[in-house]
Amino acid sequence: MNKFNATVRSDILKMIHNAKSGHPGGSLSCVEILSVLYNKILNIPVEWKNSPNFEKRDRFILSKGHASAALYSVLARKGFFPAEELMTFRKLGTRLQGHPSTRTKLEGIEVSTGSLGQGLSMAVGVAQALKLNNNPARVYALLGDGEMQEGSVWEALMSASHKMLDNLTIIIDKNNLQIDGGVDDVKSLEPLDKKLEAFGWHVSVVDGHNEEEIECALKNAAKSDKLCAIIANTIKGKGVSFMEDNAGWHGKAPNDDELKRALEELNA
Amino acid sequence: MLKKELEVKSPRAAYGETLVELGAQNKDVVVLDADLSCSTQTCKFQKAYPERFFNSGIAEQDMMCTAAGLATEGKIPFVSTFAMFATARCLDQIRNSICYPKLNVKIVATHGGITVGEDGASHQALEDVSYMRSLPDMTVIVPADYNEVKQVIKYASEIHGPVYVRLARTNLKTVFDESEYVFNPEKAVKIKEGSDVTLITNGETLTEVISCANMLQNDGIGAEVLHVPVVKPFFAAGDIIESVKKTGIAITVENHSIIGGLGSAVCEVLSENLPARVLRIGTPDCFGQSGEQRELMDFYGLTDEKLYKTINRYLGKK
Repeated sequence: MNKFNATVRSDILKMIHNAKSGHPGGSLSCVEILSVLYNKILNIPVEWKNSPNFEKRDRFILSKGHASAALYSVLARKGFFPAEELMTFRKLGTRLQGHPSTRTKLEGIEVSTGSLGQGLSMAVGVAQALKLNNNPARVYALLGDGEMQEGSVWEALMSASHKMLDNLTIIIDKNNLQIDGGVDDVKSLEPLDKKLEAFGWHVSVVDGHNEEEIECALKNAAKSDKLCAIIANTIKGKGVSFMEDNAGWHGKAPNDDELKRALEELNA
Repeated sequence: MLKKELEVKSPRAAYGETLVELGAQNKDVVVLDADLSCSTQTCKFQKAYPERFFNSGIAEQDMMCTAAGLATEGKIPFVSTFAMFATARCLDQIRNSICYPKLNVKIVATHGGITVGEDGASHQALEDVSYMRSLPDMTVIVPADYNEVKQVIKYASEIHGPVYVRLARTNLKTVFDESEYVFNPEKAVKIKEGSDVTLITNGETLTEVISCANMLQNDGIGAEVLHVPVVKPFFAAGDIIESVKKTGIAITVENHSIIGGLGSAVCEVLSENLPARVLRIGTPDCFGQSGEQRELMDFYGLTDEKLYKTINRYLGKK
């Protein structure tokens, strides 16, 4: 694991431990995806609204808003806002709300998410507006696989392909778990790739912890005139052995001892 | 201010026509509909500006969040469908993706109230004002006629933030003179002076209440009639308190459930400022049913004659 991703993972764990609440599993599963996006793909000025290039920025929408800790850490480590602010996560008066909010004017947050199934429709609206404005920026939305049980996601998938919004790319963090257990047990999405294809999307499948594969798929999507969906196979809780592939860590904070053990593993 | 000859015109047509005007003035105005563009009259905008019209198909939740995305980028989306589907179906989307980020989305819903008619309870939104009124930062407006709708739609486009405008399906008598009436969101419109009872209404029940007040006048009962189109923020609170100080009794009339709408707003304001008797007239805590528009108005006690009887009974007069 590279240093940036290890830092982000320790941030996630420290923030959730400090807040005594949060979502470690789905935050840890999307670290490499966010890392590639923010280090290699997205063209977003860290000066945010103070940048003359603000309008031209790529738009990133975290539809799985419960992975907020991962996004906040990445934004802070990229310089969007001071890293010291990370420890205010979920505390009264914080700009780092439990789920991302534009109300708190946190640099780097495009839209408010948290109620699942809404981010992709918002991304469709943003992509349409960019086209109307002849703005060449691209829109990226990160969804959870469990989130795809929401019917409105499929409404949005239909809208995007009907309008051929080729300035939009979606990534699905497919960690195969949701709060009540395995996605396949709760309500299976399979065959997800074929369903997406049937909805008019070009699908590529990558190892969601392999940065080269993620980067390659995202770059191909940006070049493509097709509507691209990337299914990133991931491990929920990735990087902390006792959290990996365990639905119990979807929305639970580590205690002092668990945090210590987790951080030791990440430093190892 | 009031028209002498009451011609019957469609508030929905007023909406469609005003959208076309706004579209010409501001290229950021965009319109979304969910397969009801002829009913809601957004088809007029579609014809004029097809590139700025988005038909979401029968997918209202996707439509609301798409509008949120468009507003995020500086567009001014007008979103339309029937009031039932615009509100009840999309409450989470409106709350979390439009109101919470305080986005500049204008939801103009048609077919509010019992007068949807023959389609019955599944299509009769009797709770929509209640839902929308409870959302932080939402402005809620229930205009009364063609001429007021035109001004309300323009007003909605000029203020920043989410707005819910509720329109009736029914073609309505035009109450307000287009050359004299100026919509003022901050005031109740005093239609008639009176000192015995305050009648507070909005939307399509306004003409019924005016007619009822005239019937009461013939019996020597002076009813003050206040039209309150803006239900939230409740700017008219002061005007209502002032009137009820004089009359001592408030009666609210609305084509909506008595729970959560105009009647509730009046009760909230009076109970905190000027405890007074309030009779809420609207649909009771129930679902609607099929029937002709006029039959339904009569069945639920919203016609001028039924209002006259109910109010007389309440005042202990007859």
